[in-house]
Amino acid sequence: MSTSLPIKLLHWRSRIYGILGLFILLVAVVILAAAVGSVQIPFLTTSSILISKLPLVEITPTWASTLETIILDIRLPRVILAGLVGAALAIAGATYQGLFRNPLADPYLIGVAQGAALGAVIGFLLPSTWHMAGFGIIPLLAFSGALISTAIVYSLARIGKTLPVTTLILAGVALGALWGSIVSYLIISSGEKMHGIIFWLMGSFSLSQWSEAQIVLPYVLLGIVIILFYARPLNLMQLDEEQAQQLGINVERLKLVLLAAATLITAAAVSFVGIIGFVGIIIPHAVRLIWGADHRFLLPLSVLTGAIFLILADLIARTALAPTEIPIGVITALCGAPFFLYLLRRRRRVIF
Amino acid sequence: MIKIEMQNVWLGYGHKVVLKDITFQVKPGEMVGLIGPNGCGKSTVIRTLSRIISPLSGRIFLGGENVARISRRDLARLIGVVPQMPLLPSAFTAFEIVLMGRNPHLDLFQYEGPKELAIAWRAMEKTGTQSLAGRRVSELSGGEIQCLLIARVLAQDTKAILLDEPTANLDIGRQVEILDLIKNLCLQNKLAVLAALHDLNLASQYCDRLVLINDGRIHAEGTPREVITARNIEDVYGAESCVYTHPVNGLPCVLLNAGNSKMARPVDAVGEVW
Repeated sequence: MSTSLPIKLLHWRSRIYGILGLFILLVAVVILAAAVGSVQIPFLTTSSILISKLPLVEITPTWASTLETIILDIRLPRVILAGLVGAALAIAGATYQGLFRNPLADPYLIGVAQGAALGAVIGFLLPSTWHMAGFGIIPLLAFSGALISTAIVYSLARIGKTLPVTTLILAGVALGALWGSIVSYLIISSGEKMHGIIFWLMGSFSLSQWSEAQIVLPYVLLGIVIILFYARPLNLMQLDEEQAQQLGINVERLKLVLLAAATLITAAAVSFVGIIGFVGIIIPHAVRLIWGADHRFLLPLSVLTGAIFLILADLIARTALAPTEIPIGVITALCGAPFFLYLLRRRRRVIF
Repeated sequence: MIKIEMQNVWLGYGHKVVLKDITFQVKPGEMVGLIGPNGCGKSTVIRTLSRIISPLSGRIFLGGENVARISRRDLARLIGVVPQMPLLPSAFTAFEIVLMGRNPHLDLFQYEGPKELAIAWRAMEKTGTQSLAGRRVSELSGGEIQCLLIARVLAQDTKAILLDEPTANLDIGRQVEILDLIKNLCLQNKLAVLAALHDLNLASQYCDRLVLINDGRIHAEGTPREVITARNIEDVYGAESCVYTHPVNGLPCVLLNAGNSKMARPVDAVGEVW
């Protein structure tokens, strides 16, 4: 038997091409999203403006400085933030699905979203004197709410030295329901602030600024790097915990590290832009359908696909009914669900 | 080369004691069979040796070192386990499952190189599973999965192998094939092999020594000739049997007396019934 056969069986090549192709697509989508809007800017001009800002590149500007302002100060931060959040939610979803061996898992399964929502709603209800300059107190409270909620779930679910996955999910769902009921109560008693709260909960990039992207970026990058390091152990977790241990995985440490990383990036992602649904559950499944279940490819492919998907969804959200903005959560489900169902029917095979 | 030793080990789950005062050892190049009725704790012994559960008391040594002090990764390079009817992720291919056996030999961010692929491929060749390599686990039969798990443990390249009912899903041809393979590895590479076996005849044919467990204790231990006796079988399983000597290799083999003695009738009587 030839030695080239086994490597072909792994389909690594098509997956690596997938990563390269998606990366190129991501760059194109970023440029597209920066070009399209109330002021239409030609694709080439947009590319030139973006390239001129790269280090070591010298291009003499042939465009009006207002175009540069529109692209760099108004659209680009929004596009970057959408990409970061899409990447974060997709990889967090893939991580939770892998860790819990549960295809229904998404980044919000163990109460991260409800914790963030509670924090944000409290922020909305605080008197305006509490709101700090810059990015305001709402993201800070949302981020803390998400982390505190997960910490409580974690300590509730822990039995001795082990963390049984089913207990974790049940504790997360129960605590999430508790936060959800408090959030509902606060919303109906919030008076004229109700509209702002509901809009936040559905998710939006309309107020994105560079400062927000700068804060989210390190959390998301750090989380992604940590998760990518544990891609092969995640593959082994798909066997079951007993076999994973017998194949040399420290399962309890793996769970702790991955939960912390996935929760951190989810919390960072939702705290500025609200609870964007659907990305975290559907993107990993779509990637699995196309490229298979090996986490070493599933995770990076999810990062790229999630970023592309959310940038495009946000583009639709701000242009489809301009000047009115559609909540991003509406778009993600409206466009994502039919596409996913199409994939599901087209590839009739086991994906999980 | 490595020796497995259990010294006065008590095993159980929570407060329930399953096994009391278990002491035995498996030497390098030796194949030891764990036999006993359903639920007697054979799997518990295997799970304890691979440190899935910790003993209530007593000590377990692996090559003279206390198992509790060995890291998971190092332990997985010493002991490989073939679990009984395990869960396998249906979306992975057979080859990917076998490659997982290489995990303890790889660093965190290392991908399987040509060496890893070659080892896994060779393990599949030995177990006759190469033709399954590109198939998804969900498409495989119970017997095929069993062979795949053997391939995985071969790819893991350990000094000791624990097998929990390795032949449970196999037809008789495959049973002999797989046990021949394990026996040869055991002899050639001086592996310490411990196998929980259901089939007393296979246990007798392949194992150098047998440990018969019943009622939470070791009921008998020794060579197949010492352990496989009609008396022991009746005591432990409550089944009447005749123990013969195998005409070729002289090892004991068991014929069960089916049903009660009234149903037993001479062979040619069967013809009359038809």
